[in-house]
Amino acid sequence: MSARTGILRAMLLLAERDLRLAFRRPSQLCNPLVFFLVVTTLFPLSLSPQPSQLRDIAPGVLWVAALLSSLLALEALLKSDAEDGTLEQMLLSGQPLVVLVAAKTLAHWFVGGLPLVVISPLAAFALNVPGDAILVTAEGLLMGTLTLSFIGSVGAALTVGVRRSSVLLSLLVLPLAMPLLIFGARATDLAISGEVASGPLYLLGALLAFTATLAPFASAAAVRIGLE
Amino acid sequence: MLRAENLQLWRGERHVLRGLGFEVAPGELLHVAGPNGTGKTTLLRVLCGLAQPEEGEVSWRGVSVRTLGAEYFVDVGYVAHDSGLKGDLTARENLAFAAGLRCAVTPAQIDSALATLTIRDCGDLPVRALSAGQRRRVALARLLLSQATIWILDEPLTNLDTAGSSLVLGLLAQHVQSGGLALVAAHSELALAGRDVRRLELS
Repeated sequence: MSARTGILRAMLLLAERDLRLAFRRPSQLCNPLVFFLVVTTLFPLSLSPQPSQLRDIAPGVLWVAALLSSLLALEALLKSDAEDGTLEQMLLSGQPLVVLVAAKTLAHWFVGGLPLVVISPLAAFALNVPGDAILVTAEGLLMGTLTLSFIGSVGAALTVGVRRSSVLLSLLVLPLAMPLLIFGARATDLAISGEVASGPLYLLGALLAFTATLAPFASAAAVRIGLE
Repeated sequence: MLRAENLQLWRGERHVLRGLGFEVAPGELLHVAGPNGTGKTTLLRVLCGLAQPEEGEVSWRGVSVRTLGAEYFVDVGYVAHDSGLKGDLTARENLAFAAGLRCAVTPAQIDSALATLTIRDCGDLPVRALSAGQRRRVALARLLLSQATIWILDEPLTNLDTAGSSLVLGLLAQHVQSGGLALVAAHSELALAGRDVRRLELS
């Protein structure tokens, strides 16, 4: 009998597997990114391209686009694993499900959320957002997208046994994501008008701490019920 | 000893498991038989701990499975109807992940498991490209690597050719010979060399 796998090693194995799977399907990886860029660049075309007006709408456009594009990728978080039975096998591996779900969520954010944060300066620059505010927006999105992945993992877990669940998933997740939208857009807004944005950023941080610690437990419980 | 007591389970309006009770001792194989839709898969999922019965209890070595939780899962190897493999990953990658989640496995161990099931050549192909029978063999290789004591197999012989079937029966015989338990749902007869097979008929 060889030694049982530790929790940390299990997390690494799972994250590595999910990243590998993501890179085997590059088109799925690019979809949310393209969506984000397309939406943010369509606004200047449809509204007037005056720099002052662009600057006014920038917070809303950036955050709504980021929210929706992260939502697009959420369904894939647990669905494919539930469909081919690998989720069941993971549950039977004897590793704590909470840890596995947390690892899956982090891997999901790494390929779905982090790229958004990385290209957000480009979109913000196109909307005539000043340099300082670009940095604040990226900081806000860093916390915001990660929080959304954790909230989304609960939604994805709750709908794991449901066919065609994307609408249901959006209905579940969007209301919970509203605080992110409000505080995130507020942070960008404040930074654009040259004020201190730390207040809403702290609140985003608090939301991240809250969801990162509690969401995996809720998701694990929901997965267990969904697989029954 | 795996013991099931008075298992009751409804699926909606349907009473699927009606007061089922039995024991399986180490070195025994239980053949779960019965027509389609009589709850064979449901029973196996309850025995795995994936589903909870409404009444009754499954206990392993005298302790309820509910209390054991993850400790029980370590002892269970389940091969379900769908293979539980990722189509985009190769057979080797699938096995390294699935078995690695349970215990440390070396590439050599994976190689020998693949060789046991005579699919060594398929090791580096994505599972998507394999036939249904080959996929089943990969799932069985995962079972071998899992080092589980209790084997719970749902129709392990479907999609397998005659050589594959006798191979699986040989593995089952070996497993119970070495003190393991096996619960197998199958439509065909399970003839193990030199072993009595107990039969549980669901209706």
